[in-house]
Amino acid sequence: MEIARHWRLKQQRYGLVGEVCPHCDVKIFPPRDVCPECGGEAKTLYTFSGKGEVYSYTTIYEAPAGYDETAPYTVALVKLEEGPLVTAQLTDVDEESVQIGMPVEMVTRKLRQDGDERGMLVYGYKFRKST
Amino acid sequence: MTDVIIAGIGQTAVNEHWDVSLRELGLFALEAAVRDAGGLKPQALFVGNMLAPNLSRQAHLGALLADFAGLTGIEAVTVEAAGASGGAALRQGYLAVKSGLVDAALVVGVEKFTDVVGSEVEAALSTASDSDFEAMQGMTPTAQAALLMRRYTHEYNVPADGFAGFALTAHANGAGNKNAMFQKAIKPDTYTRASMVSDPVNMFDAAPLADGAAAVLLTRPDLLPPGFPHPLVRIAGSATASDTLALHDRKDMLFFEAAYLSTGKAVKQAGITLDQVDFFEYHDAFSIYAALSLESSGFSIRGHGWKLAADNRITRDGSLPCATMGGLKARGYPGGATGVYQAVEAATQLRGQAGANQLANIRYGMIQSLGGPASTAVTHILEKVS
Amino acid sequence: MTTPSPKNTSLLRPARPVGFTGYGAYVPRYRLPAKEIARIWTGGKGGTPIKEKAVPGLDEDVVTMSIEAARNALARAGIHAHQLRAVWVGSESHPYAVKPTSTIVAEAIGAVPNVQAGDWEFACKAGTEAIVAAMGMVGSGMADYAMAIGMDTAQGKPGDALEYTAAAGGAAYIIGPAEDSVAVIQASYSYVTDTPDFWRREHQKYPEHGVRFTGEPAYFHHITSAGQTLMEAMGTTPKDYKWAVFHQPNTKFPQRVASQLGFSPEQIEPGLLVTTIGNTYSGSSIIGLTAILDIAQPGDRILLVSFGSGAGSDAFDLLVTEEITERQGKARSTQDYISRRVEIDYAEYVRMRGKITMK
Repeated sequence: MEIARHWRLKQQRYGLVGEVCPHCDVKIFPPRDVCPECGGEAKTLYTFSGKGEVYSYTTIYEAPAGYDETAPYTVALVKLEEGPLVTAQLTDVDEESVQIGMPVEMVTRKLRQDGDERGMLVYGYKFRKST
Repeated sequence: MTDVIIAGIGQTAVNEHWDVSLRELGLFALEAAVRDAGGLKPQALFVGNMLAPNLSRQAHLGALLADFAGLTGIEAVTVEAAGASGGAALRQGYLAVKSGLVDAALVVGVEKFTDVVGSEVEAALSTASDSDFEAMQGMTPTAQAALLMRRYTHEYNVPADGFAGFALTAHANGAGNKNAMFQKAIKPDTYTRASMVSDPVNMFDAAPLADGAAAVLLTRPDLLPPGFPHPLVRIAGSATASDTLALHDRKDMLFFEAAYLSTGKAVKQAGITLDQVDFFEYHDAFSIYAALSLESSGFSIRGHGWKLAADNRITRDGSLPCATMGGLKARGYPGGATGVYQAVEAATQLRGQAGANQLANIRYGMIQSLGGPASTAVTHILEKVS
Repeated sequence: MTTPSPKNTSLLRPARPVGFTGYGAYVPRYRLPAKEIARIWTGGKGGTPIKEKAVPGLDEDVVTMSIEAARNALARAGIHAHQLRAVWVGSESHPYAVKPTSTIVAEAIGAVPNVQAGDWEFACKAGTEAIVAAMGMVGSGMADYAMAIGMDTAQGKPGDALEYTAAAGGAAYIIGPAEDSVAVIQASYSYVTDTPDFWRREHQKYPEHGVRFTGEPAYFHHITSAGQTLMEAMGTTPKDYKWAVFHQPNTKFPQRVASQLGFSPEQIEPGLLVTTIGNTYSGSSIIGLTAILDIAQPGDRILLVSFGSGAGSDAFDLLVTEEITERQGKARSTQDYISRRVEIDYAEYVRMRGKITMK
């Protein structure tokens, strides 16, 4: 069981909560406490809008253990409107309709269960085509 | 400072070795390297391995292999840098001998994939990526490569079969390597008809995971045994560099910064220019990685790496032969052993022992070992000592 | 022994007037046509109780669906999640047997930690149960805003009559002061008896039901009793209401109960969603209300009566305010969700609903 790990990351996972650099206003996701632009300390929480577009994507048929029950699924690099790229699954999409540049929006979905059906449910961000 | 000579080389065939254990694989390569070096005794052992704790439930490979090789008492540790573990172990061995603190260092790369079958293997591989923000989304190394290849293809307008040259070259060269997993050349339509693994990565864009072990024994020239039978090959340049672990944290993911940095340093240390490199053993875990390595290392301008393969310039009679013994694609991809295989193969070429695959008139070979999408890149320049 | 007669004092009406500050719906995008179920279980013969039902995706459950409906409700309310003093989720398909759905929803929408959280269960009326409790909380002045959600991913036994209708979806409401509402709750009334028309025992995957017993003594008795009592107490007749919405386990029941109470088909039409999304259980009547609010105009009066097996009904008398016009468009409309439709077949359905034995 990896309870503490999932619990620790819940804000980032559920709500796309990252950071903003108080020195140069760069938005940071995933949070890393140090601004990748100016190197200053950046611990101010910032909730992303969840809007973005597909930068690249692919479909996974041979999924890792823990994800095989939902395969095949589409994963993407999503360019958030605030700047950062995020790696995430696309959901509610038909694979053939996905394109680079497709506008997407964040939703909170079930990512996996921790271990087997007795384990905790892990929820987190995914993206779907926005309308 | 002293020169570092590759005095001994050894390798197992790369394959699904169902009947051979992790330690037996390592031991086979290790003993072969010691024999090849005329029985030189190592004082240190550096083991390159990526996934033994996950796949074989076995950590602490330094002590394990030293023990089984009858070398108990020597310095022995594991070096891990995902797919670059072999290259990273080689660099540790190099540093130990180069510094003068160790007379002879053994570097063994070993990987045993087949102790686990099924989706646990993908799960283990994904531990090399950002566990919290990549693997948690169900990402795999193959999917990472596919994201890169899709974006590359999009930005540079690469045709559907644009990457075929990498697989064709690899398989043509695998045909002359008795240790290769695939020893048969393929035809262009084999590539175009291949099934998708993770679109646009098809079966021939991804190297097959398999078991294997390779070893080199490094020492100083003055410690070589009398009557040393091989032409001397030295490590002329050695460098490693890192990049962001996660792809999404890169400003420019279509450039392998770590490959660029480590190549620059290694070439500079060797005192050569890039055009003096006679052949290149790149880390073609995926054909997109081969293209990006060629570009980031400086062999091609950006967006044109795939053309080197498409224009037959990386074949054995091309301007920059690559994957001369099959590369990861045809020799097989034995995880953390790969970087040491590259060293063994380049040394074989420089010694003139590459048989049917022997390149003519070569002096400098470059090998590059990547961890993940070049989150680690280890580059070495090997030189035939004249 | 005499049964106490319902008087005005039976009405549930808080000291401080309250209403719906925001509302939001959610319906997953997959649809299983009823004729597809009939194809498998009856050789395609016989009528079907609805046209099709909404089915959740592999990565959806009451938690994820509640989060989306809650975000829609917050967007319409225009308040920050920190202003909520309660996040309550009513459902009969909470993902955990023990561990609240509501804490996950509260965390995801940013309502933690200064908040009440709890899960409610009362078959199909857990959602309105939570609404009434929220009325009490806000109406007493303990809080300015409280969120009540009714959401389900209902399951019927394969081949059972309920399989045609047991669907996924629901709605979230933010109960707040009447002056900050799109619809004022003028009064509510709850009618409850011990009537075993439908149940699911611990550890059972599918519910049991009383077949025809679920009709007259259960659904019809409780809804008409609650509806009539509320109207009597309020001194209203069906003509005073622009719209009405009743719990909708199938298409016929709400139509018949509307007619029994004296409502016209036009009055229930916009809120009658069961035909195209199925019975969303705890979400059923209240998602119907979201579809009405989406088209309502200031001054519209609405009657809402839920029904939960076991059994009981909550009836509400609502008056739409001027605020409605501006807030309708601030989140995706219920009809938008309904039209976001991807048809699936029975094989895809059994995979998505975990009916294939994987181990």
